[in-house]
Amino acid sequence: MNAFATDMTAAPDGVSETAHREELLRVDNVSLSFGGVKAITDISFDILKGEIRAIIGPNGAGKTSMLNVINGFYHPQEGTITWRGKERRKMKPYEAASQGIARTFQNVALFKGMTTLDNIMSGRSLKMHRSFFWQVIWRGPAEREEIEHRRKVEDIIDFLEIQAIRKTPVGRLPYGLQKRVELGRALAMEPDLLLLDEPMAGMNLEEKEDMSRFILDVNQEFGTTIALIEHDMGVVMDLSDRVVVLDYGKKIADGPPEEVQANQNVIDAYLGVSH
Amino acid sequence: MVGSASASPRGEDTFPKILLHNAKVLGTRTAFREKDFGIWQSWTWSEVCEEIRAFSIGLKSLGIEAGDKVAIVGSNRPRLYWSMVAAQAVGAVPVPVYSDSVAEEMAYVLGHAEVKFAVVEDQEQVDKLLSMSEEVPTLKDVIYDEMRGLRDYDHTHLHSYESLQNKGRELQAQNSSLPREWEEGFAGGKGDDVAVMLYTSGTTGRPKGVMLSFDNLAVSARNANVFDHLDETEEVLAYLPMAWIGDHVFSLAQAFTAGYCVNCPESMDTIDVDRREIAPTYFFAPPRVFEMLLTHIMVQMEDAGKTKRAMFDYFMKIARKVGEKILNGEDVDAKDRILYRLGELLVYGPLKNRMGLTRMKVGYTAGEAIGPEIFRFYRSLGLNLKQLYGQTEASVYITLQPDGEIFGDTVGKPAPDVELKIADNGEVMYRSPGVFVGYFKNDEATEKTKTADGWVHTGDAGIIAENGHLKIIDRAKDVGKLNDGALFAPKYIENKLKFFPNIKEAVAFGHERDMVGVFLNIDLTAVGSWAERNNVNYASYQELAAHPDVYSMVESHVDQVNRDLSREPMMAGAQIRRFLILHKELDADDGELTRTQKVRRSFIADRYAPLIEALYDGSKTKHVRTEVTFEDGRKGAIEATVEIRDMEPHVPGKDYQEAAE
Repeated sequence: MNAFATDMTAAPDGVSETAHREELLRVDNVSLSFGGVKAITDISFDILKGEIRAIIGPNGAGKTSMLNVINGFYHPQEGTITWRGKERRKMKPYEAASQGIARTFQNVALFKGMTTLDNIMSGRSLKMHRSFFWQVIWRGPAEREEIEHRRKVEDIIDFLEIQAIRKTPVGRLPYGLQKRVELGRALAMEPDLLLLDEPMAGMNLEEKEDMSRFILDVNQEFGTTIALIEHDMGVVMDLSDRVVVLDYGKKIADGPPEEVQANQNVIDAYLGVSH
Repeated sequence: MVGSASASPRGEDTFPKILLHNAKVLGTRTAFREKDFGIWQSWTWSEVCEEIRAFSIGLKSLGIEAGDKVAIVGSNRPRLYWSMVAAQAVGAVPVPVYSDSVAEEMAYVLGHAEVKFAVVEDQEQVDKLLSMSEEVPTLKDVIYDEMRGLRDYDHTHLHSYESLQNKGRELQAQNSSLPREWEEGFAGGKGDDVAVMLYTSGTTGRPKGVMLSFDNLAVSARNANVFDHLDETEEVLAYLPMAWIGDHVFSLAQAFTAGYCVNCPESMDTIDVDRREIAPTYFFAPPRVFEMLLTHIMVQMEDAGKTKRAMFDYFMKIARKVGEKILNGEDVDAKDRILYRLGELLVYGPLKNRMGLTRMKVGYTAGEAIGPEIFRFYRSLGLNLKQLYGQTEASVYITLQPDGEIFGDTVGKPAPDVELKIADNGEVMYRSPGVFVGYFKNDEATEKTKTADGWVHTGDAGIIAENGHLKIIDRAKDVGKLNDGALFAPKYIENKLKFFPNIKEAVAFGHERDMVGVFLNIDLTAVGSWAERNNVNYASYQELAAHPDVYSMVESHVDQVNRDLSREPMMAGAQIRRFLILHKELDADDGELTRTQKVRRSFIADRYAPLIEALYDGSKTKHVRTEVTFEDGRKGAIEATVEIRDMEPHVPGKDYQEAAE
């Protein structure tokens, strides 16, 4: 071992830090139903500032519904959501967005005919302050503002290493890259909380590794809190600080990955034990 | 006169001294550009000098000493080029390493070179270095360019380029005599000091560390600048691996001696766009790049509208007829000349613009033989594309094609100051100012390669044609014989095959065997586009390669090669009798190609032994299982049943028949 390597192994351990982190979002006793169908039943958990929080569970467990509740797309019939210490009333998705919650979707939801650059630029629209009038005139302050936004977008393009497709319409890109552009658009909002709905679905091994790297880097470089839904257990165990497990709309486990992995309820849920 | 001075064969002898000179006389000219955040950022020579000085002084504060080896790992970035000169300024020796090599390969090189410091691009490389601490016990400090992902690493022996450079600046601010001391530090440097160590990619065995002196590089670079009239107004694109001698000479030695501008692309995927924006005046590319550019154009033309295609075909016919003649300054009748002009306006001009070669004064291709069709295509467009023959051990230049003396099958005349001779066994030998100092820690190999009076064995078999041009036949040790005594030059056959756009790679076998058998790789771009047009569905390379229609198409190519071979008396006996299309693409990660994409014959022979056996035992198909290595070192396997086809040889040309009787 050389001097360079011995010292490196003493790098700080990230997991133990979660204990001191402040709470960013808290879900208390939330239930959601569509007509007679109960999607979520009495779920409570929290998301701490700066952590990567995974939500896992078998198909139909209510994971995506949970994300939709967090970003205001669904309104739960019961329970409360506390965002940055304030209890939140009914909130529309764009309000959630303006308060710092961004998300990506299970099925890529980009503007297919627009370029990568324009798609990511669209993520900045909430940060544009000049009125529509000024943006049409596009002189002086509006121009300066646009340049400032473009700089931010270029940062993201550099960060996600998608320079080569900057001017390519996203509809022409392979799926893995579209997912990356979608992440870019979410990042353009400079969110405090980033919700990722199956960021690695349908990807090959190499694309998954790249995406994992980006998620870790986003978390580390920008300090963004991340909540993600993912089916690839290897990815979940490697990436997340804490995992919450849902099954049939109920929470069945919550804790660090290794603990959740060993939990009998979780094993049963995945292997299928009769209820 | 700045221009003539920088292009003269004489001048300062080491790169740090040349840097100071350039900062003085070319101070405000742009020396480096890098595309970052979508914009070309640029640095003048005097700014580069300041950057290098600050970093160099920062390096010194880490305790770097004269003679220390500094590994440089990453893609082409100004900062990595600067670190090489910064290291040279304090007497250290930079060792650029192929950044995409797998950890095991890199560990061998770094361990062998005994590197103490490493300047790397990003986290990927830092992690790689961390994983090889056992093999590289000498490594002390690592400096990285890009912070991303490294924030939480322990920074005791890890430094960011910026922090080190800032430290250098602080030290200068505290002690105003420091810059002068820094300059005095290398003022006594001599031309015969070792400037850089480059590891040859090693077609055979372990890579060897080629030590090149400042004189080797500076003199060769200046000679080349004079030969092609290059001065400080040139623009080059630095996109080839920094560990390769070609890039070292074009993007550093020649850039410094001529004072021209080096442009670093935004990323490896944006090279085509970046080249279009820069339009380099001096351009170097291995044949592969020219092949790819041409394939792209041809594929796009297939999809173009009728009018466009007719126009393209018509003017390309004109270009083929008179383009090269016009380029060579020969007489062409007035009507064709006018048509060619019109073609320039309508087709050639836009095409060159598309490829980013509009301003190209001189272009070179080397490393492997380029297909005559491809070569002619570029020249007929009026692009001064030439071939050269070179080696790491020669600081690149051995032979060059002078303007106007371009022949497809030869690699040119000896470069300035180069002496050339053919040894008794047919091996090409040379002696020049660029001849390397020796292999690092390998005197045995040095003695084997370099004679006492300075002649170097190239390892290539060749002949000097009547016009004084060198013609390379094959690797000297690869030229063999079939059991019936016929001459077997594998590369000669392989190159003929590879000139078909559909064939990407070929490996021929036949030495001490009854007949010639060949492995082929199809070109996924060309064949894929063909498949699309002909409604052939496929999911993977493997599936496409095994498609019967693809086999038939390739069979016709092989037949064409046999016909060509049958016409050449020397080669007619070595026609291809059986061939197969491999179920996977040959890949450097699996050790099948070198990092410069040359086939590693013996390795492939080992790895695919069952397939070779099948080539020679007459079977029609063979089931194989092949292990593959991913970039991170993990392994997987692919299985396939490979079809083998028989070929009917052509009757050798008449001359040969008579000679044989």
